[in-house]
Amino acid sequence: MKIDSPDKLNAWKEECLQKDAKLKKKVMVCFGPGCLAAGCREIYAKFEEILAERKLGDITLESFKKTGCHGLCEKGPLVVIEPEGIFYNRVRTSQVKDIVEKTLAKGEIIERLLYKNPKTKERVLKYHDIDFYKKQTRLALRNLGHIDPDNIEDYVMRDGYQSVAKVLTGMTPEEVIDEVKLSGIRGRGGGGFPAGRKWATCRGVESDVRYVICNGDEGDPGAFMDRSIMEGDPHSVLEGMIVASYAVGARDAYIYVREEYPLAVQHLYQAIDDAKEHGFLGENIMGTDFSLDIHISRGGGAFVCGESSALMKSVAGEVGEPRAKYIHSVVKGLWDKPTVLNNVETFANIPLIMNKGGDWFRSIGTEKSTGTKAFSLVGKVENTGLIEVPMGTTLREIIYDIGGGIKDGRKFKAVQTGGPSGGCLPEDKLDLPVDFDTLTKAGSMMGSGGMIVMDDHTCMVDVAKYFLKFLVDESCGKDVPCREGLYQLHKMVVKVTEGKASEADLQLMEHLSKYIIMGSLCGLGKSGPNPFLSTVRYFRDEYLAHIIDKKCPGGVCRDLIRFEINDKCTGCTACIAPCPVDAITGEKDKIHILDQEKCTKCGACYAVCQFDAIDII
Amino acid sequence: MKIQINGRWYEAREGEMVLDVLRREGIDVPALCAHEAVEPYGACRLCMVEITHEDWGGWKGNVTSCLYPVEDKLIVQTHTEDIIELRKTVLNLLLARCPNSPEIQKLASEYGIDTTSFVPREDADNCIMCGLCTRVCTQMGFNAISVAGRGYGREIATPLKEAPPDCVGCLACVKICPTHHIQYEDIGTTREIWGRQFELVKCKQCGKALITREFADYLIENRDIPADYFDICDDCKRSGTARDFKKLVHWEEKEEAEEEVSA
Repeated sequence: MKIDSPDKLNAWKEECLQKDAKLKKKVMVCFGPGCLAAGCREIYAKFEEILAERKLGDITLESFKKTGCHGLCEKGPLVVIEPEGIFYNRVRTSQVKDIVEKTLAKGEIIERLLYKNPKTKERVLKYHDIDFYKKQTRLALRNLGHIDPDNIEDYVMRDGYQSVAKVLTGMTPEEVIDEVKLSGIRGRGGGGFPAGRKWATCRGVESDVRYVICNGDEGDPGAFMDRSIMEGDPHSVLEGMIVASYAVGARDAYIYVREEYPLAVQHLYQAIDDAKEHGFLGENIMGTDFSLDIHISRGGGAFVCGESSALMKSVAGEVGEPRAKYIHSVVKGLWDKPTVLNNVETFANIPLIMNKGGDWFRSIGTEKSTGTKAFSLVGKVENTGLIEVPMGTTLREIIYDIGGGIKDGRKFKAVQTGGPSGGCLPEDKLDLPVDFDTLTKAGSMMGSGGMIVMDDHTCMVDVAKYFLKFLVDESCGKDVPCREGLYQLHKMVVKVTEGKASEADLQLMEHLSKYIIMGSLCGLGKSGPNPFLSTVRYFRDEYLAHIIDKKCPGGVCRDLIRFEINDKCTGCTACIAPCPVDAITGEKDKIHILDQEKCTKCGACYAVCQFDAIDII
Repeated sequence: MKIQINGRWYEAREGEMVLDVLRREGIDVPALCAHEAVEPYGACRLCMVEITHEDWGGWKGNVTSCLYPVEDKLIVQTHTEDIIELRKTVLNLLLARCPNSPEIQKLASEYGIDTTSFVPREDADNCIMCGLCTRVCTQMGFNAISVAGRGYGREIATPLKEAPPDCVGCLACVKICPTHHIQYEDIGTTREIWGRQFELVKCKQCGKALITREFADYLIENRDIPADYFDICDDCKRSGTARDFKKLVHWEEKEEAEEEVSA
């Protein structure tokens, strides 16, 4: 069925809504990355198995939906029962039968499957009432968890493709660009460049061909915002791209998605097929003379290919290496044609801006950073997962209110934002509002939205070492400061963790960092020294402790710590077996002895001791 | 158009890069990865300069001069404190990568660096990863070698690290290499480069080895060169021309002499 007019779209939406209303209950099984890892496929299969044997009145297999990420990945696999919004977490296959028999058949609540508030220890029935969700504003993630990403009807039901109808039949490209400019939306990929200005420049360049590209090459360790959107709501990305292509005058658009996101690739292909079938892509969209094809270009997983110029080379089939951008890619991009490149989250916001208006969008967030931002909140917080908050929300609100505070009651030490080349912020920066400019000023950056929380058992030098190693491995190696400079910087950080560095080394590292930033060709090198610079800026004492006192305050760097058994030891012998080098000896009920000569400082004993009897010194 | 370099105005042409002007005017700015035979690349970062413009409201920036297109009234500084410090850092890093390269040693010492502050590379060779060899190979139309791997482990390699099927042994890579890292060997009528052996065409007159059979065939086929062009070497061609010329001159002398006799 081709939808070639706004009326037809509305009629179809109505039809989908009626069909949906017939479903008395909907069981949303989360198929996000976290829940997939936790075994949601088995949960779903179990539901199918039970439903095949047992009739449940109105509830049929149609009521069961495989949705995108619900966000609270920490507690997966998740099952949400609508319309009530009953939220079951950490569901095991053995409990599926109970859900069917009790909740679905009789409407009984299974207490032990409900979310437990980590502070009050109380069970929470509905997901709207969980702090994690209450404090969020979900725009880009609006459909995640509520629709089956492979079902275009689910999307249409929730105002899907309305902006395409509105824009194509009632707005000029200039009006679209003005609306995007009015919204103030800045690129969500990290750079924070105003999208409206980018589109306007591209449209203004004289050319017969223009391109739109969606950057789905999310490569930051621990980040999965774009992945979740592509997997859980692929049509919203397509819809944003259709609007953008109409605005700048593109006939072909590309989605560059990493091959490591197989589910995203699969869902995007499905979405493109469905969109084509219904006339949202292809020739004469909405009965107008606007035509567009969206192609998928799969990346090989090089981090640097997330950089716009390297990405365009990769799409064109060349080696993914950045080039100097003295001539911007909006003027000379893919195949030397004017090209607009935005990331997944930016495109996912566009339909909302078109439907509700730029004024509405800019009423959310701060003056210079409008709207919301999705983050993947990971590390040592109670509630890890995918979140979305208005710009200007403080780090403290994100970590403590949404994240539920630091895991196991430990103390907060730092939060790393902006991906590997972002920076680490200490406790006294927790009240900073999260927006593009504030984070940059504080020595970190927004990046694409990774947020890693660290507790007091973290060594900041070790953190710098980890992220630098990532960047050393992912630098394409084209220019000298990035290739050789980051390598040498990493070597020197390693030297610090080994207690072999001097204060002169620290100075050399700072000097080298300055010139890596000044001399590097692309953003990777220009922000490459950030892991070192931001940790040395806020945690200089910790570097000095390694250098002068030869101590690691975080108790992490093996060359600078030793394990000792104290008098809390009850002689339980639990630590003897895990020690791989037989360094611990002792009899039952007597304080054990640790042979420092043999000890490899692996920490196995520390991990198993129940009595705090092992000190890291 | 005119651009200002270190306080003096110079003529520049539309489409030129700043480095083109610097080189033409003999202004000393080092650059290891820029060569007129290939497109600019921006890998070594030594040619960075500071730029500004009277219309830019005081904004200044550091750019690679090899890649920055000239514009009217551009103001360029080639030796600011920061630029010199950047070049020192880059040379310091290159010296750690290639501690045994005489070219790098010399350039580094011009900037006051005699030993590197960093950890020298183990099993160091003289390749600075400027990519000139791969770019000239592409420019020649062969694509026999390319960059492989990434980061610190990046290297110049042949496909699958085997003898490159598309190489014709033209030596463009050898000649363009700024640190003389790429090696080849001509023994008798055989040339070996990149692990592949080539037969050399011999001059039919003097027997001297001229060019590889593959390169000669390529040029004859693609560059409008006569099929027998490589039969005889340049030296023999030259002496042949001289011989013909001599005959011609002698022939004229002979005629003159005959005319005199008849007169």
